Amino acid sequence: MTEANIAKSTSGNLVKDEPVQYVNELTTLNLGPTHPATHGIFQNVLTMDGEKIIAGEQTVGYIHRAFEKIAERRPFYQITTLTDRMNYCSSPINNMGWHMTVEKLLGVEVPKRAQYIRVIMMELARIADHIVCNGILGVDTGAFTGFLYIYEYREKIYEIYEEMCGARLTTNMGRVGGMERDLSKEAIRKINEFLTTFPPILKEFERLFNRNRIFMDRTIGVGGISAERAMSYGFTGPNLRAAGVDYDVRVMNPYSSYEDFEFDIPVGQHGDTYDRFMVRNEEIWQSLRIIEQALKNLPEGPYFADAPEYYLPPKQEVYRSMEALIYHFKIVMGEIDAPVGEVYHAVEGGNGELGFYLISDGGRTPYRLHFRRPCFIYYQAYPEMCVGSTISDAIVTMSSLNVIAGELDA
Amino acid sequence: MLSNQTVAEEIVKKFGDDVYDFEEPFGLLTLTTTREQIIPMLEYLKNHSDFKISFLTDITGVHFPDTIPDREYAVVYHLHSFIHNFRVRIKVFLAEADLHIPSVTNVYASANWMERETFDFFGIIFDGHPNLVRILNMDEMDYFPMRREYPLEDPTREDKIDALFGR
Repeated sequence: MTEANIAKSTSGNLVKDEPVQYVNELTTLNLGPTHPATHGIFQNVLTMDGEKIIAGEQTVGYIHRAFEKIAERRPFYQITTLTDRMNYCSSPINNMGWHMTVEKLLGVEVPKRAQYIRVIMMELARIADHIVCNGILGVDTGAFTGFLYIYEYREKIYEIYEEMCGARLTTNMGRVGGMERDLSKEAIRKINEFLTTFPPILKEFERLFNRNRIFMDRTIGVGGISAERAMSYGFTGPNLRAAGVDYDVRVMNPYSSYEDFEFDIPVGQHGDTYDRFMVRNEEIWQSLRIIEQALKNLPEGPYFADAPEYYLPPKQEVYRSMEALIYHFKIVMGEIDAPVGEVYHAVEGGNGELGFYLISDGGRTPYRLHFRRPCFIYYQAYPEMCVGSTISDAIVTMSSLNVIAGELDA
Repeated sequence: MLSNQTVAEEIVKKFGDDVYDFEEPFGLLTLTTTREQIIPMLEYLKNHSDFKISFLTDITGVHFPDTIPDREYAVVYHLHSFIHNFRVRIKVFLAEADLHIPSVTNVYASANWMERETFDFFGIIFDGHPNLVRILNMDEMDYFPMRREYPLEDPTREDKIDALFGR
């Protein structure tokens, strides 16, 4: 491969001030689109000098499903199902972020109880998301055991989702204006069971990894990024916090009553793979704390807002009262017009700031809806993070970034 | 704590007639500028000794085909100051005939893919971008799918005519 070709194929990622002497003949390695280590469909074209990566370029878009275009034709409540399919490891956060965006546009005030239930579900989703990321990071470094220990509890979380909304992966949980049902006795029992049985397992998991010499050697100093570069690259969430910036949407712009809870924001120092792992682990503990507080202080009262134009009436009412029937019909047929407005609302997703930029022209559908997908924005830093390292380091770096293909491609 | 008023006044002082259409939808300071001023403005906000609005949250495009002529496309920048927890939204309107805007990749590295995405879906050309090619759609595509003239469904379909709702 000639130098001109490298420069062309890597589109400027290869920074060269002076001619570099390569040890070996350069090879091009396709990492993906379907590679076990990508955990999704996206490609990295790496230029290798022997075992060393000297340039990289990502190809994304393999599962692009045109959500933003589809959303322009759908009534607001039908867009929830699109948000599920972005970060499918923590769909309730996406669902509720979307509901809150619409509620902000409509000016609907959600009762405290619904907000607390939302917090519980969102934190469970965050735990599930971090379990996936950290468990798989272990697998990618060659430690399968921890993954088996901890993955069972993702399943338990999915059982709680099932109790709440009937679905497991693509949850479509909640409604504009509140939740579709109250926390059932069974759901509370399952959450309590999770809160008692999960911490010992998480401790065990941490004992397997945190001070494990092999794991530390594989992750410390690997795939590091400075706080300044991370901010320039638009990092948010655990990846930014691992670099030492304590930005968390839950604290800075509290939504859904996050200001009522006491929790810490873990930050790292070096922004390397080990820090990302540790930040996620600590966030799981903090999420457990939030869930405990929310369950303990769960307010009484309705679990949906008094917004008949937007929140589906109870089915029994639909059969008995004319008014409820009309609203039911109007909502289901998507005949409810939203006010004119322009909203940006952000929530702290599993990977960072998940933003919804919504422009409404007063119709039944959004005029324009844009998702700020944290994965998509920070994944562009990947070549910079892995250039100069080896293939095995590049794989743990990618794994610890927690790139979710669904969120990447929308 | 920064207020919208303070920031707006400072920006007007610096940029004068090049900023207009100040709004505050849902409390978020929104302003419009020209494409010549977008890079100076982002740099000004980033390096301002007090504001430090140094995080680019988002770039996206919007298509308004039926509005005022020469304002058919908008590029929308969302910026955030972590220090003051202050957000600002900057819009630049472009004419259909001349869809060029300077790229801000030299100010923010994260703008790279966001601009590529905007180009991919709206056909807005970011001058000075290091690698302005499609990102999510396939390279062979010869149109820009998020423009309003491309309906989601084939309008000539006859099996889905709904006499009551007309869609």
